[in-house]
Amino acid sequence: MSDKIKVTIDGIPVEVEPGTSILNAARQIGGDIVPPAMCYYSKLEGSGGKCRTCLVKVSKGSEKDPRPMPKLVASCRTTVMDGMEVQNITSPEVIEARKGVVEMLLINHPLDCPICDQAGECHLQDLSYEHGAATTRYEFDRRTFDRVDIGDKIQLHMNRCILCYRCVFTADQITNNRVHGVLGRGDHAEISTYIEKAIDNDFSGNVIDVCPVGALTDKTFRFKNRVWFTKPVEAHRDCPTCSGKVTLWYKGEEVLRVTARKDVYGEVEEFICNTCRFDKKSTNDWVIEGPRQVSRQSVINANHYDTLQPLPVIKKNPELMQANKEQFERATKF
Amino acid sequence: MGRKLLLEHINVPGINTFQVYKEKGGYRAVEKALKTMSSDDVVEEVKKSGLRGRGGAGFPTGMKWSFLAKPEGVPRYLVCNADESEPGTFKDRYLMTHIPHALIEGMIVGSYALGANTSYIYVRGEMMPQIRILEKAIAEAKAAGYLGKNILGSGYDLEIYVQPGGGAYICGEETALLESLEGKRGNPRIKPPFPAIAGLYGCPTVVNNVESIAATVPIVNEGGEEYAKIGIGRSTGTKLISASGNINKPGVYEIELGLSVEDFIYSDEYCGGIANGKRLKAVVAGGSSVPILPANLILNLANGDKRLMSYESLSEGGFATGTMLGSGGFVVLDEDQCIVRNTWNFSRFYHHESCGQCSPCREGTGWMEKVLHRIEYGHGKMSDIDLLVDVSKKIEGNTICPLGDAAAWPVASAIRHFRDEFEWHVKEPKLALERNYGLARYADPIEIAEEA
Amino acid sequence: MLRVEEVQAVEFSSALISKFDEIVSRYPEGRSKSALLPILHEVQAVYGWLSSAAMDKVAEYLNIQPIEVYEVATFYTMFFLKPQGKYVLEVCRTGPCCLVGAEKIMDYIGEKLGVKEGEVTADGLFSYRGVECLAACGYAPVLQIGPEYTFYENLTPESVDQLIEDLKDK
Repeated sequence: MSDKIKVTIDGIPVEVEPGTSILNAARQIGGDIVPPAMCYYSKLEGSGGKCRTCLVKVSKGSEKDPRPMPKLVASCRTTVMDGMEVQNITSPEVIEARKGVVEMLLINHPLDCPICDQAGECHLQDLSYEHGAATTRYEFDRRTFDRVDIGDKIQLHMNRCILCYRCVFTADQITNNRVHGVLGRGDHAEISTYIEKAIDNDFSGNVIDVCPVGALTDKTFRFKNRVWFTKPVEAHRDCPTCSGKVTLWYKGEEVLRVTARKDVYGEVEEFICNTCRFDKKSTNDWVIEGPRQVSRQSVINANHYDTLQPLPVIKKNPELMQANKEQFERATKF
Repeated sequence: MGRKLLLEHINVPGINTFQVYKEKGGYRAVEKALKTMSSDDVVEEVKKSGLRGRGGAGFPTGMKWSFLAKPEGVPRYLVCNADESEPGTFKDRYLMTHIPHALIEGMIVGSYALGANTSYIYVRGEMMPQIRILEKAIAEAKAAGYLGKNILGSGYDLEIYVQPGGGAYICGEETALLESLEGKRGNPRIKPPFPAIAGLYGCPTVVNNVESIAATVPIVNEGGEEYAKIGIGRSTGTKLISASGNINKPGVYEIELGLSVEDFIYSDEYCGGIANGKRLKAVVAGGSSVPILPANLILNLANGDKRLMSYESLSEGGFATGTMLGSGGFVVLDEDQCIVRNTWNFSRFYHHESCGQCSPCREGTGWMEKVLHRIEYGHGKMSDIDLLVDVSKKIEGNTICPLGDAAAWPVASAIRHFRDEFEWHVKEPKLALERNYGLARYADPIEIAEEA
Repeated sequence: MLRVEEVQAVEFSSALISKFDEIVSRYPEGRSKSALLPILHEVQAVYGWLSSAAMDKVAEYLNIQPIEVYEVATFYTMFFLKPQGKYVLEVCRTGPCCLVGAEKIMDYIGEKLGVKEGEVTADGLFSYRGVECLAACGYAPVLQIGPEYTFYENLTPESVDQLIEDLKDK
């Protein structure tokens, strides 16, 4: 324990391994003081630093050099020092800067949440709910691109992209060859393959899971349902290519989509292969483990069950049993 | 006449050749360093000289050199930043065109000081003629035994290569430059780690501006202390100033730091006054990124003293009444120039040059350009002016690299000092399309110091 | 996005390949990707622009993925991704040049050539475009012409007339 270093975030002390970033130290504390991250992804080397939503204020550099850092820093790419003091939600400066970043991310982002498959599990949606203004100050045409199918399973809506580069890192690090990348520069930069090409390899579907917004979506799930009407269930199968550990998203008896299991920060626990993701959409393909726990705050919890079995109080009361008939039926299907 | 350290022999015919350069005392610094000094001695002299980075940031060069990590068995690199692209700045082009061996000599001295055996000069791709000039100069120096294996029998080996850029202002940012030199997009890296620890190919690297590297030659020749005697305060030595805009004699001038701004603009030795008998309206003193100042504040400090061409004096008064020396790109605007149009133009430049990696700069630069365009073309609203200030604040300090600040400062400063001209554009859109706002009160004597 | 059928194969000359080899030798072992920008300049100097087939060929030579070449070629403004006129007049349109009439010069060039910015004249000889600061502010207005990027400084309508005549005769 002695070689751990101490850092204080919003007044809460935590001891972490040397080399830990401020963001990951905050994640060890958990809760509201964790800065949001749109581009950082702990499983992707080199990610982070770009979106600027995780900016925090370092009010004390370290025990040795207590000077504050002159500018706000990206918490995902700044390493903690022993004795460092960080302000996130306790700093008005940070909140103001974050509001600014959210505004920037939104000026060219389409307001198409009502028809976007990512709605309900979109990090930009969460972020704008928390930090965004009700109206826009941007009075110009938004940047637009054509929608592109990159292969028969993945659709690219470049209009929604926030250029987090996660999908590029994924293709570099998870798949054996990258055919898409960021082309152009400035606000005309875009994710593209340049020449019409399918992104097609065993792990390409993971770009959908890492995308923080609705830029890369699963064509097999397109317009099938809103995520908050679906029920996530943990399941696994004996897969020769990947771990086979997934989340199945049910509507009634039907598996509408398969994704990797995502943690509380929206990061996948283990990347999965395209066979598991796109081709195994029957309950028979899977060993069901149980319902996926989703953060209480998430809209996905909107009409959720925490347990497959109805609560004991319902079982004991005939009237309640009658009222929850549908739920009973659904439960018995599993 | 101020002392000339870099441009002393600039008018000597054939000074661009090795032979003439050598006859005029060239390559003495290499001889002195390699034969009589250790690499640490060279670093020490540069430290003593007080030389500050001439590319714009003004960070002490000697200190930058001393930060270089020196792990065993890992190569180290010196990379020269010749990606000169800051609007208003053209001194490096001038130096490389006319006296390329000054840079090559500085590269040898610097590489020796840092223990680099391969060094690169990253020249912006548009300067293809200068690239050819440097390649020729390198070949000449190599033929004379100043490059290659065992230089002058000292046991020190060095190769220098010239690398062309591809047309991207952002590659003037040192980590973007290194990315570009590695054959990638010029996206600035997230720091730390700094290049001194992990730079080119992950190895310890120093990136220095052309002029900084060339300045090490007189420093080694005459000693750091002698160099430090020139100039004023912490602004030591001479500086190349690129003078452009509405002046009688645009061009590159070597000045002793500490010269008054007034002398620089009006004396016949330098700019020779405002062209066509017009009056001075404003100056962008250090390249387009630095705050623009109206005539009264560029010539005088808020307390009425004369403003000097030095790092300290130009920044006196902070952003309220001061600016920065930057890269020494001195752009002069006469009374017929429109501040709104100039600001829009600069803003378009930053929008065009933003790499697009981080959100505030990618989105904010375009937003500012569009609002400024609207004001310039007669469709602006009064609220646009405060909107611009607010957007600039949202960018400033929140980006990966200084391009965000560079885009924000010209807009914020133009509104700070020329707000009535912006308001006039909004109130009189038709008139603003026909004529300029003119000099107004921008050259009037300063009455009281503004609140900071 | 380009359609696949637009792509036509190219073959680099042995002279060009040996130029590539020389460029690659400037970098440490295993760092040949550094040669990408200089190689793209060489390819553009020969073909006048960078077709996707040419870029694929460069990728093959450097043993990198084609996307790595596209990413770089689209980032830097000097690389043309479409065929251009034989002479591309690139006029600086940034602040200091505009203070001394760059915008008027650009308009004049447009009138003179009878084309809009980015278009090619009917004879295939000329196109022009505004570019950002060329670091020649003291000699403004300026323009450059590739592939050697020769500079033409202190432009006036008369000097533009002369330049265009000279290029036609070349």
